[in-house]
Amino acid sequence: MILTVLKNLFSRPVTRRYPAEAIREPCPDYRGAIVFDVNKCVLCNACARVCPALAITIKRTERQIIFDSLRCIYCRRCLESCPKDAISQDVHYAKPRTGRHNMAMNVPVPPKPSPKPAV
Amino acid sequence: MAKTIIPFGPQHPVLPEPIHLKLELEDEKVIGVTPVIGYVHRGLEKAAELNKYPQNIFLVERMCGICSFTHAWTYCLGIEKMLNVVAPPRAGYLRVVWSEVGRLQSHLLWLGLFADALGFESLFMQVWRARELVLDINEMTAGHRIIPSTCTIGGVRRDIGGDMAVAVQGKLAALKQMLDDTITQTVIHDATIKRRTVDKGRLPRDRAEMLGAAGPLARASGIAIDMRLTNYGPYAELGFSPIVETGADCYARTMVRLRETYQSITLIQTALARMPQGELAVKAEGLPDGETFTRTEQPRGELVYFLKGNGTANLERVRVRTPSFANIPPLLAMLPGSDLADVPVVVLSMDPCISCTEK
Repeated sequence: MILTVLKNLFSRPVTRRYPAEAIREPCPDYRGAIVFDVNKCVLCNACARVCPALAITIKRTERQIIFDSLRCIYCRRCLESCPKDAISQDVHYAKPRTGRHNMAMNVPVPPKPSPKPAV
Repeated sequence: MAKTIIPFGPQHPVLPEPIHLKLELEDEKVIGVTPVIGYVHRGLEKAAELNKYPQNIFLVERMCGICSFTHAWTYCLGIEKMLNVVAPPRAGYLRVVWSEVGRLQSHLLWLGLFADALGFESLFMQVWRARELVLDINEMTAGHRIIPSTCTIGGVRRDIGGDMAVAVQGKLAALKQMLDDTITQTVIHDATIKRRTVDKGRLPRDRAEMLGAAGPLARASGIAIDMRLTNYGPYAELGFSPIVETGADCYARTMVRLRETYQSITLIQTALARMPQGELAVKAEGLPDGETFTRTEQPRGELVYFLKGNGTANLERVRVRTPSFANIPPLLAMLPGSDLADVPVVVLSMDPCISCTEK
């Protein structure tokens, strides 16, 4: 017992000394923030159909992806369903939001380039 | 002597989740208990009927934060039976790994909370420190610490192989070392723990059988009941046999869970070592029709899923019976006769998971 007491007196704390020591990097396969690549998206609605939390809405006529990050459960189903690999996942957490008003993220999709006129 | 009624819970320092017990006391002795549940009902069974069946995997996983993978596995087994799909062998082994990781973190969480209920704060911190290693395994292999979300209909969504399997084995060895060095020694030899637990909350074998006790609670009363014996995963190939104690008191329940922690470590190590090569999932297509009844072993005991499909993408009925619900009648049999000061210990010894119970 005396040994344990002495050991604990002179040993460093088990926990990370946060401001002095950097926080641990997340694992390479961590399921973090969802990132949409608007240039690859073809608005096929596959991600919105499989999403268990109904966090994705695709508005085809307005060419918009509306992503509700507060509903998202980060399950990765949308990544698996996307035929164009337009969705990816960051290893870091999604950024916090200041309120519900701005959590729906509107991502405009640029219109496709017009086909070249036939020569 | 006049009777006094003392409310215990729903908010109580030792209760991780809200359950209300009306304790009838005569002096300091409990003579009767009336449970009141319904503080965390979320209507998940109904919500599961409104979702399409593949989306429900993530919903049922969130029924309980601790036994999340087992819920998903049981649901997937039920759907697989309806769609006539059998998961490939490698998926079976990987499912065992994640399910046993879930059991490890659940039992260690419980052991910490139990030590906390005894007032043994340093053991609580040591156990939860060891539990971090298990959560690291979950984060490494599945991407999240608590909810793996790796089970899918027809198999699993992620693989553990090569470097990852070696890293998991390393974490398990470190965990075993930590358990051997401090935690197990303390639980086995500490006089305070024994005084607070031995002969407290006795549930004799015949009472346990009559009241339908499940899981470690039944096994601590000498009943060798474990759904893993039904071999819903490759448990027979991994040499599984249930752990049984005959003490029938709070100490026996502690020992059952502690020994199961070691057993889970061995099961994961064996599963990783013997994992067959092959694909991770088979394609499951079609719409579920008919009725299935699936039983698996959660960390707290037998989990039952009744699923009824009607040939559409939505299920007609999802009925879940969780082990904590089955363990409430035995709890009411355990409490009378004990002192008021022992009530927190006896309540925690059944490992109450009220979110599971009420869904």
